[in-house]
Amino acid sequence: MDKGLVLKDVKITKGGVPLLSVAQEIAPGEVLTIMGPSGVGKSTLLAFITGTLASDFAATGEVWLDGQNITHAAPHQRRVGILFQDDLLFPHLSVGANLAFGLQPGGCPATRKAKIEEALDEVGLSGFADRDPATLSGGQKARVALMRMLLSEPCALLLDEPFSRLDAALRAQVREMVFDRARARALPVLMVTHDAEDAEAAGGVIVTLGG
Amino acid sequence: MKHLAILAALLAPVPALADIDVSNWDAVTAEAEGQTVFWNAWGGSTTTNDFIAWVGERVMEEYGVTLEHVKLTDTADAVTRVLSEKQAGEDDDGAIDMIWINGANFAAMKEADLLFGPYAEALPNWALVDVEGKTVQTDFTVPTEGFESPWAMAQVVFVHDTDDMPERLGSMQALLEWTQANPGRFSYPQPPDFLGTTFLKQVLVDILPDPSVLAAPATDENYEDITAPLWAYMDELTPNLWREGKAYPPTGTAMFPLIADGELDLSISFSPGAASTAIANNELPPSVRTFVLDKGTIGNASFVAVPYNSGSKAGAMVVANFLMSPEAQARAQDPAILGYGTVLNMDALSEDDRALFDALELGVATLTPAELGTVQDEPHPSWATRIADDWVTRYGVSQ
Amino acid sequence: MNRRRFLPVLPILTLLAMLGPVAAGLWGTVLPAFGHLPAAGLAGPSLDPFRDLLDWAGLPRAVMLSLSTGVLATGISLAIVVLVTAGWSGTRPFRALERLLSPLLSVPHAAAAFGLAFLIAPSGWLSRLVSPGLTGWERPPDILIVQDSWGLTMTAGLIIKEVPFLLLITLAALGQADAQRSTTIAQALGYGRVTGWLKTVFPRVYAQIRPPVYVVLAYSMSVVDVAVILGPNTPPPLSVQIVKWMSDPDLAMRLEAAAGALLQLGLVVGALIFWRLGEVVVASLGRRWIAKGSRGRLDPVVAQAALVAGGISAVTVLLGLVVLVIWSFAGFWGFPDAFPDGWTLRNWMRFGPGTLEALGETALIACTVALVALILTIGCLEAEYRYGLSFSQRAVWLLYLPLLIPQTAFLPGLQTLMLNMGADVGRLPVMLAHLVFVLPYVFLSLADPFRAWDTRMGTIAAALRASPDGVLWRVRLPMLLRPILTALAVGLAVSVGQYLPTLLIGGGRVATLTTEAVALASGGDRRAIGVYGLMQTGAALVPFALALLLPALIWRNRRGLRHG
Repeated sequence: MDKGLVLKDVKITKGGVPLLSVAQEIAPGEVLTIMGPSGVGKSTLLAFITGTLASDFAATGEVWLDGQNITHAAPHQRRVGILFQDDLLFPHLSVGANLAFGLQPGGCPATRKAKIEEALDEVGLSGFADRDPATLSGGQKARVALMRMLLSEPCALLLDEPFSRLDAALRAQVREMVFDRARARALPVLMVTHDAEDAEAAGGVIVTLGG
Repeated sequence: MKHLAILAALLAPVPALADIDVSNWDAVTAEAEGQTVFWNAWGGSTTTNDFIAWVGERVMEEYGVTLEHVKLTDTADAVTRVLSEKQAGEDDDGAIDMIWINGANFAAMKEADLLFGPYAEALPNWALVDVEGKTVQTDFTVPTEGFESPWAMAQVVFVHDTDDMPERLGSMQALLEWTQANPGRFSYPQPPDFLGTTFLKQVLVDILPDPSVLAAPATDENYEDITAPLWAYMDELTPNLWREGKAYPPTGTAMFPLIADGELDLSISFSPGAASTAIANNELPPSVRTFVLDKGTIGNASFVAVPYNSGSKAGAMVVANFLMSPEAQARAQDPAILGYGTVLNMDALSEDDRALFDALELGVATLTPAELGTVQDEPHPSWATRIADDWVTRYGVSQ
Repeated sequence: MNRRRFLPVLPILTLLAMLGPVAAGLWGTVLPAFGHLPAAGLAGPSLDPFRDLLDWAGLPRAVMLSLSTGVLATGISLAIVVLVTAGWSGTRPFRALERLLSPLLSVPHAAAAFGLAFLIAPSGWLSRLVSPGLTGWERPPDILIVQDSWGLTMTAGLIIKEVPFLLLITLAALGQADAQRSTTIAQALGYGRVTGWLKTVFPRVYAQIRPPVYVVLAYSMSVVDVAVILGPNTPPPLSVQIVKWMSDPDLAMRLEAAAGALLQLGLVVGALIFWRLGEVVVASLGRRWIAKGSRGRLDPVVAQAALVAGGISAVTVLLGLVVLVIWSFAGFWGFPDAFPDGWTLRNWMRFGPGTLEALGETALIACTVALVALILTIGCLEAEYRYGLSFSQRAVWLLYLPLLIPQTAFLPGLQTLMLNMGADVGRLPVMLAHLVFVLPYVFLSLADPFRAWDTRMGTIAAALRASPDGVLWRVRLPMLLRPILTALAVGLAVSVGQYLPTLLIGGGRVATLTTEAVALASGGDRRAIGVYGLMQTGAALVPFALALLLPALIWRNRRGLRHG
């Protein structure tokens, strides 16, 4: 497959004990959901894909993205975006600077500023660029985190329990926004969750681990 | 320039660089310009430190010599340093360029060939020095032979607070009796401190019927007999000392606050003007005065010497010469500054220079030269070493 | 590319910087101790140095002093800290005491010792305040308080400085010991506050604070500057005598000094073993005590007493600083006046220029050393994060090693070694010697916050295509600004307070505020000591104030970092 995210015979062990094994292909614009109770190693799989697997784990198999083997690439060269359940906005940067951190380098300051404003407009946060992220509401933070990730122009998107901290009303809204944006950009999406509603809303293949 | 210097260093044999023609003063001052002189001097007295800082300013203005005061807690540290450097083969640019020295330290360095010289009597200001009247050519009976130059005269005086102790004492026997009547009111610095050891010598000199035996070196044969009366005296004195002799002030200046607080009524100093200076600095109450014993007290000169491996010998000589200048001597004698006795001969001075001294207010607690009376000679340095060691064993480790 | 090869080397470089001088110094001590000193034309091996050492009449007392001050100072300060924490942690008085003690941590030992001496001497401020009214003293009583033969004043001087240190260490350990819930449960079971805490939390906390406690023990046994100021002199404690022998003009005395240094090392090792055995005994008694189920009827009394002791300790340091201030501005001040006759700026005019010069030297050394230590520390921690090159639990003890080996055991050796090699003394060797003591403190101070940083921030930043260096510089270090500045301040304070390394390795040429202040001790000029002591305290305190102030200022619009 030329486009999309491919996991070829990925097996992860911890201290010799097998943790999980996955072999899946995710086409652009599609969502693969991996479900399972906590502790089965869902997040470990994501760490393997981002290249940040802790040293006490061992993994075999390969990760291919858009026709390239990225299994051994440095984390920052993989072009794999990720969102966690916490927004993880950098607390020392303003909202705008957080977005600028994600925005690819290049372009004059004015253009960059315009792009950031545009991104904020897109999620209904116009004029928030100078705000301290700590003063934002949960939903606002989630939106900034999403736009920050998208501005870095990733080729795939990983979601690690991304909506579990949001209350029910916000949850559907943010979920819809994330999936819409991913589809619009034709990103392959890999989501791990233990929430059936999230899995269902994703609308793609669901793989259940463990249990 | 740099290349030339390196070339010169390569061509000339190394010892030739270290040699200076001490008789050619112009050449000395020319070479001194730009040199840095590390003067190792005891740093426990703030007034002395201030004075040395002033000397530094003046020699910089006058000769372009940078003076750095390395503050010692014990002059022996500097001796050690030069000795270690010699053993390590550092013969050209040692850490020390000048040492405030006398007595045993001088004798040790001179004997071990650790000193540069003779230079002292070639200094221009030597002509002004009172060679006849002051002990500037012997140091604790050891001939100086030009290996050190004098810069201050010191003589033992007793410092007393007249509010608590109005009368002076005439002898060491009188001092002993006074402490018995006034226990806890007298102390002396802990030997081997210089002044503490001097106190022991002063006791010995005063109670011996014939102190001239001390001019010869101490030997295993004569030491016991001659010092026996000293230890008998000390055994009697110690229980009536401040803190019953279980603790001692570390230095002479440390006794001033004790007098100021009224802990001590009587102490000892090696600087006739120091008490007046301390009154001026609020360190002693105005009621303090000084006295000497009927038979006189021990006196000696303070010297500076230049280690053989100094890299700035010319600079050191310039500083040594400046220390003997009327300007520096008059400032040192000013009780508001330092209160040290001068080494100069007043008759050798020009009228203007003499006026500098005449203008000095000696201060309320300072005795006139006439009142200071007879200066007794220092015993041979071997006595001081033995007596200090003996004291440490007898009183210094057992309380 | 260069960096990548450089970073993994940093942990080894760090260990070398910390342990190299210690090992070299011990080697330089062992040789002369067995009669081998080529510089003095002596070749070993011989046992004469030890024979001479045993012949010294002051030895038994000097050894006793070293042991008694070390064990007493450590035991009493630990007891105060443990009982105060047991009885009061989480309460308002505890927070007040904590706030009082934290800044005192950085007050240099020498300044605290001077303050104590000026406070409790027979002519000290306390005696002046109550005389002649309460005491009838018109003159100071002839009582041996400072420099007492038993070293009690010196022990007190150590306690007032070790209580803040151990308290802050204990507070850090509390966070990881789940103390709150344990005490709540113990109290619900009817245990008193102190007893409940001792029986449930203390074992876990002590396991964590054990290395610093050992450091306090080793330090208290071999301290020189506090001993010079407050300790007895007839004879002095062993460490002071070693330094005296080192400075004897007779080079052969260095052999005796080296033998004494090895004895000092043996004493510290022996005391550490003794302490460890004591731990076993206390643990077994403690288990029996727990099994008995006693609920602690005396708890309120014990808690009150501990709080009073902790309070006295803190107030003593503070009053000591106040009396330094008074002396620095004092005109004539006779006994028993509570205050000087007049106030004057004369003392500051006289000593100010000198202190500024010493301050320059102090700052140059401290800033360089603290910065180097910080860079090495960050390098080590980042290498650990990137390559998993972490110190194992056992290797953590290596960090404490330079603090556990008495300074008097290896610094004289280091100086002798440098002399034999003909190496020049001066600022650079002093900096290297300071680094030995600064590095462990900087590392221990920064390691926890650095490791506690949420590494998902790093994952996110990498996913945003920031390189590892970019993550470090643009995300991790800015977020950790406060702990980094605190670690830097700790490093500065440690360097500012160093006495023996500056004195011995500097060969007298390097004059810092601390060496100048301690040198003044022998002169007894209280006004000069006041000025120098305050400048020294300021040099150590100001960086801490800045470490608090700067992040608050820089991140004033970043709520997320305000308590981080």
